[in-house]
Amino acid sequence: MSGFAQNTFNGLVSGAFYALLALGLAVIFGMLRVVNFAHGAFYMLGAFGAYVLLSEAGVPFWAALVIMPVGLGLLGMALERAVIHRLTKLDPLYNFLLTFGLTLILQDLVKLRYGVQSSPYETPSLLSGSVDFGLFDFPTYRVFILGFAVLLCVAVWWVLTRTRIGMVVRAATERPDLTRAFGIDVGRWVTPVFGFGIGLAGLAGVLAAPMRAVNPLMGADLIIVVFAVVVIGGLGSIFGSVAAGFGIGLVQAWGEAYLSNFPLVSQTIVFVVMAGVLLWRPAGLFGREEAPA
Amino acid sequence: MTNTVDTPTDASRATPPSGLIAVARAPGWVRYALLAVGLGVAAWLPNGLYPAVAVDILCWALFAVAVDLLLGFTGLMSFGHAAFWGTSAYVTGLVAIHAGLPFPLAVLAGALAAAVLAVPIGYLAVKRTGIYFAMVTLAFAQMVYYVANEWRSVTQGENGLQGVPRELFGLDLTDDYFFYYAILPIVLLGLAAAWRIVHSPFGRVLVGIRDNPARARALGYPVHRYKLTAFVLSGFIAGLGGGLFAVGHRFVSLDVLHWTTSGKAVIVVVLGGIGTLWGGVLGAALVVRLEDWLSFSGFEAIGLVTGGIFVLVVVLFRRGIWGSVAALAHRLAARRR
Repeated sequence: MSGFAQNTFNGLVSGAFYALLALGLAVIFGMLRVVNFAHGAFYMLGAFGAYVLLSEAGVPFWAALVIMPVGLGLLGMALERAVIHRLTKLDPLYNFLLTFGLTLILQDLVKLRYGVQSSPYETPSLLSGSVDFGLFDFPTYRVFILGFAVLLCVAVWWVLTRTRIGMVVRAATERPDLTRAFGIDVGRWVTPVFGFGIGLAGLAGVLAAPMRAVNPLMGADLIIVVFAVVVIGGLGSIFGSVAAGFGIGLVQAWGEAYLSNFPLVSQTIVFVVMAGVLLWRPAGLFGREEAPA
Repeated sequence: MTNTVDTPTDASRATPPSGLIAVARAPGWVRYALLAVGLGVAAWLPNGLYPAVAVDILCWALFAVAVDLLLGFTGLMSFGHAAFWGTSAYVTGLVAIHAGLPFPLAVLAGALAAAVLAVPIGYLAVKRTGIYFAMVTLAFAQMVYYVANEWRSVTQGENGLQGVPRELFGLDLTDDYFFYYAILPIVLLGLAAAWRIVHSPFGRVLVGIRDNPARARALGYPVHRYKLTAFVLSGFIAGLGGGLFAVGHRFVSLDVLHWTTSGKAVIVVVLGGIGTLWGGVLGAALVVRLEDWLSFSGFEAIGLVTGGIFVLVVVLFRRGIWGSVAALAHRLAARRR
């Protein structure tokens, strides 16, 4: 039983990363109709930035947790203004290609400077050790990640449903033209929302630094899994994306633990689930039907 | 085809810029002249370039044309075509190593395996359109990559398949120069097949589906089945290229299945011109030549350049080379009239 709790907990923690990345993707997609391939690259930059800040300037984890998301968010906003913005009127495929190109560039820039080997990042001392939950104890750092991610998702949900900004963003997501007709300047919110999504990816990256190997390629493989996650949840649905993120984390952890005879399971189970969802509900578990095509 | 009045906005935005119409209208002698020039260049190529690079160009030309068949003529952007290119490379390599068949038969086996794999992936992927189609194909291709990575007893994992033979009835094809001419007929056959598909009644239906899926369905065409057929044919042609690539390098590594390979195939098509078929061949030649030159001059960050090309092409040059030239020629011809 404690094994089950252990696996469930680990699944939720890795699900938290999927959820944070899927949340950013979904928010950006809702507002801009852009599927940001570079999301994984920004996750990697978050982790790498934290590593470089610590090893070269002695900036601690807590500072990096603020600096990297804000810095990357600003970079994202600049990027949106400079290039992505030019292509939003066109087929979304063009922005997908553009951000794919950006991914290759960002990855190789980091590779060129720091090589491809993984770098260790020490867990902040405040969060080392483990928390005792009576029957089981979990590493403090992982408990922190899970709590932090859940808190963030709830905060985003609160902003989207309970504040004026959230209402504007949701309205603009559903009916941009009608929202504009009400005299609301939709365009004003596009760049900040993009920056926010990128900031979330950067934040996930900083959180990942002490837990996962920091290297230039850490984001790319992850983002493809996150694409499968948002196809499962339905990219149009923010709730669906987050739920699917945690769900896939759980399914992967359970698969890894109870189907350990099949080493492929943990890596491919997400794609199998995606295939099932495409058969059963092509629009995603929480998505709405697209226009028939 | 220019009537977009009753086209849903999303569908008309999804229509890639097409050079097809302009090229199809070119007078007969222009087309024959272009064909002659193309064949001439193909026959001369290994004399002007390193033969190994020329071989790569042929393989990538097939790959690009396969991707354009979907992207340009069916309106589906597959971002996972490395699955077919790579699967065929592995199957070709395994057949050539273990069965000792002449390489064209091994390549055929590889391409058939790719086509078989394309059936389930295509069946699931055509349930979605647009950007979702790209994400779904990308995800399934990644799954194939993981399987190949894990299935070491067959694929040799990170080490790759080594020593893929170039067997052809005892001929000595170790020299890339002769190997180029050995595969040229196969490549031309593949390209001709793609041309035939595009200009068949089947291909016209595909273009109709691309431009207005709702109307195609209303006219009674089984849209999903058409898309799936196009997907499988495209997988087969990509597989031809991948198989030849394996024999050409005498080596298969996991790179052939990697997502960067899928992305490179798409950008080769965009650079050459979406929906122009032969533009992809030009794009392949340019990108392969450029990458060879970069790695030869010891430049490490090839992704920097490939990524840069991506960004520039998408921002500034969406029509691609063939599309731009065709549009220019079209405008000149219109002025003369």
